[in-house]
Amino acid sequence: MCGIVGLYLKNPKLKSKLGKMFKPMLIEMTNRGPDSTGVAVYRNPVKKAQTKFSLAHDNANYDWKKIDVGLEKALKCDCTITKIDSHCILVTTAKEAAVIAWLKAHHPGVRVVGTGHTIEIFKETGLPVEVYERFSLDEAQGTHIIGHTRMATESAVTTAGSHPFATGADLCLVHNGSLSNHNRLRESLRKEGMDFQTENDTEVAAAYMTSKLRGGATLKEALEDGLRDLDGFYTFLVGTADGFAVVRDPIACKHAVMAETDDWVAMATEYRAIAHLPGADTAKIWEPEPTIVYTWGGHA
Amino acid sequence: MNELDLHKVGVRGINSQLHSLPKNTNEKHWVIHNPKGQHSIAVGLDAPLQIDIRGHVGFYCGGMNKDAELTIYGHAGVGTAENMMSGVIWVKGNSSESAGATGNGGLLVIDGDASSRCGISMKGIDIVVGGSVGHMSAFMAQRGNLVVCGDAGDALGDSIYEARLYVRGKVASLGADCIEKEMRPEHLADLERLLKAANRKEKPSEFRRYGSARKLYNFSVDHADAY
Repeated sequence: MCGIVGLYLKNPKLKSKLGKMFKPMLIEMTNRGPDSTGVAVYRNPVKKAQTKFSLAHDNANYDWKKIDVGLEKALKCDCTITKIDSHCILVTTAKEAAVIAWLKAHHPGVRVVGTGHTIEIFKETGLPVEVYERFSLDEAQGTHIIGHTRMATESAVTTAGSHPFATGADLCLVHNGSLSNHNRLRESLRKEGMDFQTENDTEVAAAYMTSKLRGGATLKEALEDGLRDLDGFYTFLVGTADGFAVVRDPIACKHAVMAETDDWVAMATEYRAIAHLPGADTAKIWEPEPTIVYTWGGHA
Repeated sequence: MNELDLHKVGVRGINSQLHSLPKNTNEKHWVIHNPKGQHSIAVGLDAPLQIDIRGHVGFYCGGMNKDAELTIYGHAGVGTAENMMSGVIWVKGNSSESAGATGNGGLLVIDGDASSRCGISMKGIDIVVGGSVGHMSAFMAQRGNLVVCGDAGDALGDSIYEARLYVRGKVASLGADCIEKEMRPEHLADLERLLKAANRKEKPSEFRRYGSARKLYNFSVDHADAY
């Protein structure tokens, strides 16, 4: 099962309503994935010299202040921290790799769930409505947002096993389906130096994309290579800095539907999620074809 | 004309209302509002009703239909008209995968495109698609007609039995044991009847016919060791 949903606003006047428009879409997918929920929202871009981190900790009362103070001292950089439930958004002038290395050495309980200039990722176990409200996503303003409701099949129900998975700066991946060659692929990616936090199959797909992108591939090339190297059933939705991409495996038995109006583009596992959007009744609606990479917002 | 609002009565409210009608009812015409992509709308009907669904529907709409005539003014989700027995289901938009799956009879018309696995395991249904169909359409099709006015995706008619496939545009590839066949006068007559029933303007002579080579499902003494 699992449900995936994405919304990209073509009409900038709707930006202030992004979170409100997306909420019923995600909640409609509750019975496809009641185990955990995750959302990637693209908002509040930081300055070019800054990097934005989405960090998470199992302890909801974790003291993020010590990260702020510790990082500024160790890396001689500026940091600002905004705590949002069990997550925090860290904006810093330090280099991404240095921050990740410092966190790993000094605060191994802190998980980096996303990095970039605009992306913020929030994910937790629990029903979509609960998770959405915990992170105050109703109020989210921005250009696009993607979400996932998970019914765990391949690995445990944990926050770390929840989607979206980060795949590089401002990129993240959500997945409906299951991969059958993730164990072998994880081993070969480990040899390339990729790090894994879980036994989850989607994390392997995300690491695969990250590795391809680091190697210089475009997003479209990485997704097309994935069609050859990732064995299993999948519909992938990839959030990018300025839009999103959709791709399905060659058999395409994991549902997906797209809809477009003058105001927005939406993708969902089932149309009933999209039905909540204003103008959905007269939208252009179609099922994405297998192995074709669909993109919105310029990227790829 | 009777009207039902799915937003108010839900899928069960709609289906139980339609199921409660006797076969000889005078209340034949029903309009369903606000389908909002919900699943299993108007399934299991067995009376000669005329039903208009105003909007996009979810999975399995009109499944197992007998005698009723359904028109969906919008997009149809996965498995529309699955296992239909008789009657007519007409989709005014596009359809998701597995439209008309295992259909036993009746007519399914899709004005737009029909995605993958259209007519999978069809058992006697007639399907007319105004646009194109995706990969694995008519997989293991046993009986009935699939008419495609646009193109067909990969592996058309894979492992087909006795269904007849008519395609006007390009076929990306044929599946195992599916071959192009001669278009004889009886096929042209059949096609003319189906195109007319679906309000299509295309001419039968523009289509090519595909069907089973009958090598896969017939016993062959040369293969005796394999059984």
